[in-house]
Amino acid sequence: MANVIGASLKRKEDPRLLTGNGRFSDDIQLPGMLHAVILRSPHAHAKIKKIHAEEALKSQGVVAVYTGKDLEGKIGPVPSSWLVPDANLKEAPQYPLAIDYVRYVGDGVALIIAEDRYVARDALDLIEVEYEVLPAVVHQKEAMQEGVPLVHGDIENNIALHWKAGEVADEIINDAEVVVRESFYVQRVFPSPLETRAAIGQYDAGSGELTLWCTSQNPHIHRMVLSDVLGISEAKLRVIAPDMGGGFGGKIGVYPDEALVGYAARDLKRPVKWIEQRSEHFTASNAGRDEIIDVELAGKRDGTLLAIRVKNTANLGAYLSTMGPGVATIDFGLMITGAYDIPHASCETFGVYTNTTPTDAYRGAGKPEATYQIERIIDLYAREIGMDPIELRRKNFVRKEAFPYTNAQGLLYDSGDYEKPLEKALETLNYEELRQKQRELSKQGKLIGIGFSTYVELCGFGPSEVAGAIGFQGGVWENSTVRVHPSGKVTVYCGTSPHGQGHATTFGQVVAEKLGIPMDDIELVFSDTKSISMGWGTYGSRSTAVGGAAVSIAADRVVEKAKKIAAHELEASEEDIVFENGKFQVKGVPGQQRTFQEIAKSANMAWNLPEGMEPSLEAQSFFKPENFVYPFGTHAAVVEIDKDTGEIELKRYVCVDDVGRVINPLTAEGQVHGGIAQGVGQALWEGAVYSKDGQLLSGTLMDYALPKARFFPRIESAFTETPSPVNPLGAKGVGETGTTASIAAVMNAVMDALKPYNVKDIEMPLTSEKVWRAIQDGEGN
Amino acid sequence: MAIEDREVTVVVNGQERSAAVEPRKLLVHYLRDDLGLTGTHIGCDTSQCGACSIMVNGEAVKSCTMLAVQAEGSEITTVEGLGSIEHLHPMQQSFWEEHGLQCGYCTPGVIMAMLGLLKENPNPSEEEIREGMEGVICRCTGYQFIVSAVQKAAKLMAEAEEQKEETLVANLVREGTHNG
Repeated sequence: MANVIGASLKRKEDPRLLTGNGRFSDDIQLPGMLHAVILRSPHAHAKIKKIHAEEALKSQGVVAVYTGKDLEGKIGPVPSSWLVPDANLKEAPQYPLAIDYVRYVGDGVALIIAEDRYVARDALDLIEVEYEVLPAVVHQKEAMQEGVPLVHGDIENNIALHWKAGEVADEIINDAEVVVRESFYVQRVFPSPLETRAAIGQYDAGSGELTLWCTSQNPHIHRMVLSDVLGISEAKLRVIAPDMGGGFGGKIGVYPDEALVGYAARDLKRPVKWIEQRSEHFTASNAGRDEIIDVELAGKRDGTLLAIRVKNTANLGAYLSTMGPGVATIDFGLMITGAYDIPHASCETFGVYTNTTPTDAYRGAGKPEATYQIERIIDLYAREIGMDPIELRRKNFVRKEAFPYTNAQGLLYDSGDYEKPLEKALETLNYEELRQKQRELSKQGKLIGIGFSTYVELCGFGPSEVAGAIGFQGGVWENSTVRVHPSGKVTVYCGTSPHGQGHATTFGQVVAEKLGIPMDDIELVFSDTKSISMGWGTYGSRSTAVGGAAVSIAADRVVEKAKKIAAHELEASEEDIVFENGKFQVKGVPGQQRTFQEIAKSANMAWNLPEGMEPSLEAQSFFKPENFVYPFGTHAAVVEIDKDTGEIELKRYVCVDDVGRVINPLTAEGQVHGGIAQGVGQALWEGAVYSKDGQLLSGTLMDYALPKARFFPRIESAFTETPSPVNPLGAKGVGETGTTASIAAVMNAVMDALKPYNVKDIEMPLTSEKVWRAIQDGEGN
Repeated sequence: MAIEDREVTVVVNGQERSAAVEPRKLLVHYLRDDLGLTGTHIGCDTSQCGACSIMVNGEAVKSCTMLAVQAEGSEITTVEGLGSIEHLHPMQQSFWEEHGLQCGYCTPGVIMAMLGLLKENPNPSEEEIREGMEGVICRCTGYQFIVSAVQKAAKLMAEAEEQKEETLVANLVREGTHNG
């Protein structure tokens, strides 16, 4: 099967999912299964005085109620997995159920187990908790002030971490011809996978094995962390991620709830199922972003950029989530210069505890925020010096010849050609003509805006040594085994854990091309710690660049061994064997050949193998990349604003992404579309709203505006391909590009439209009211 | 507290099925938990997401907005009743070909909602399709390829309908000749 890589194949996953044959967590029914619900705190901050569970326990069908006190000493705290070094990190232990204090609305207080999910829900109302309500703190900048309530009594000023990278001398800023300053708030949003979280535990008393099906983007990380929390050997804990209805970062985290379900299943020796409700999800599942970013960009009047100085004050919520500490520090702070050759950069980040749900990685994790601040400030800079924003970008782009390029924060960008997607996007937009039209329409009083985001992002986590150096509690290499059965059919085991990305198809394409066999002969296995020895999961656009690379190398190794067997059988030297279209052929001797299937049989039968060769045809690769990968591109939005109502219409959206070598253009484009929808959602509609006392006011799908189909024009998407030298596929990552790029593109378009009123910033999401007010308060009104 | 269970009988995907359920049980739970039809999914608790959309007596309905007892005697179609893996329904086939799904969680509901749309409007414009998706949420696709899938499905279904008519006419003509 030649040229399978790069083909827009239909997905292997789909027929099953299209016919109701998927197997999601809630579809799993086990004999004797119990149902769990979690009673959660209605207060943002309170002392638990007493919990009365008697009524609930008396209720027919209720099997058990556990409180934090009941579990003390039996189940450990759930730790963060990103212990950022040199940041004075203060980790407060998060016990699976609150013991003395609740620290956010949604904090778990009691676990109820019942025979039926309706009975379990009823029992929620039968538990009475006596609280002493305490003052709460919600906003991160307020939380750092003196005299405010402390989320954790022993952590001063609620500062969880203080991190710095890079240095910009004051003189550079003070002496610069131009300094543009702005403060941006990248608001708290919810990843909102359409399937909420879930966990099902089953304990086998005979073997002592606990099986946990749970909505995890990284089952092996769950196994590693939970074995510790539950005090069970990794060899006795099997974590399986079933079909998952999306993740977007929200299912990276190892949550208290999963530990509770595992504990109860083992304690009660009956299967226990917990399915999170949507309204519960809003407070119980990690949110994303919530960073206040103060930026100073300094340079010359001719557009030469010299320095960027950034301060990020990040709301980490009440506890440190699995990846939370790394997002506003490493992921954000090392990427603040974006696609530009800015010689001086510094970032100072405060991570702050508040009485809110913890924040964690959400699609892009730090990179959308980094892109947002640089792409927004560069537009303001262009406005300040009266230069076209495209010209300013071009002037400061990292040049094509400069790759591999080390940015001011020390990251080595693997490959790039930033002009290429920009050119293509401008051409698609018909930029000059569009500007002309904008001017004409402006004369008629219409507000049209054109905005760009020429982003670069860090993906493909990552080199293990770097992970260690930045405090990440994981190896983040990848693992794949390609197993060839006697028939020549193949099973491929992977350590990444897809949940909508379509890796059974794209990784299958890699194997089909390498082994010259049909797609239908290849089965992919993911997401089960019992069949896959190790792996680090799917997040940070790492799956293809790291996991796909492992698949590719393992497949190459299979071919290498198969070639030796073919040479032996054909009595030719290995060098004379050519492998093409699934056949091993003696060079220049037509007819002297073996098919892949024949060699598969020979290898497995081992009747006549080369001397010293071990039987079977199977290879494994543990791929540890030497660097991250850096996708880039240009996104452009065209908006029209209704002056009288402040309503924004997204008229056009053009994107040209360079994600390295594209394995399947169809699924890659799907990823781009989905990413854009989430980024545009952040810019225009989505946003968590907390009251001052820490009540989440946007806690259902009636109050939180997820994007709908009618909000979008047809996205005009294209790719350029600049291969990465970091992995044998030349692939970068595509899952997050859309989100990373689009927030700034849309915001810049709106700001461009509001230029006549000299509006420089409006806090996202851009509701009609905010836009209308900005117009009313703007210059000339 | 306990209210007596009621026997609920419905015709699901052409088969008569019944189970005794609590009167307060949601139709979606009845389908999933009592009848084992887990293709219909639950994405929210406020009837916004539409993942649980099914056909009740030929109309697209969110099955979290009905009690099982309210469905007594009705004819229900869930995603399991459309096509099989071997023989996909044109709507399913179109979703496959146009990459109208990623995680697949919203998909059964979206498919049902879109079948409801095509029933009312067999040849919708792109705008009408987008408007028609008001009751469903997809977090993965950005909707564009769903729109393409529905456009394709509309075409395939219209063609199938035409073919059916042609065959019918041909049969009538043949019968006519026969009888004549």
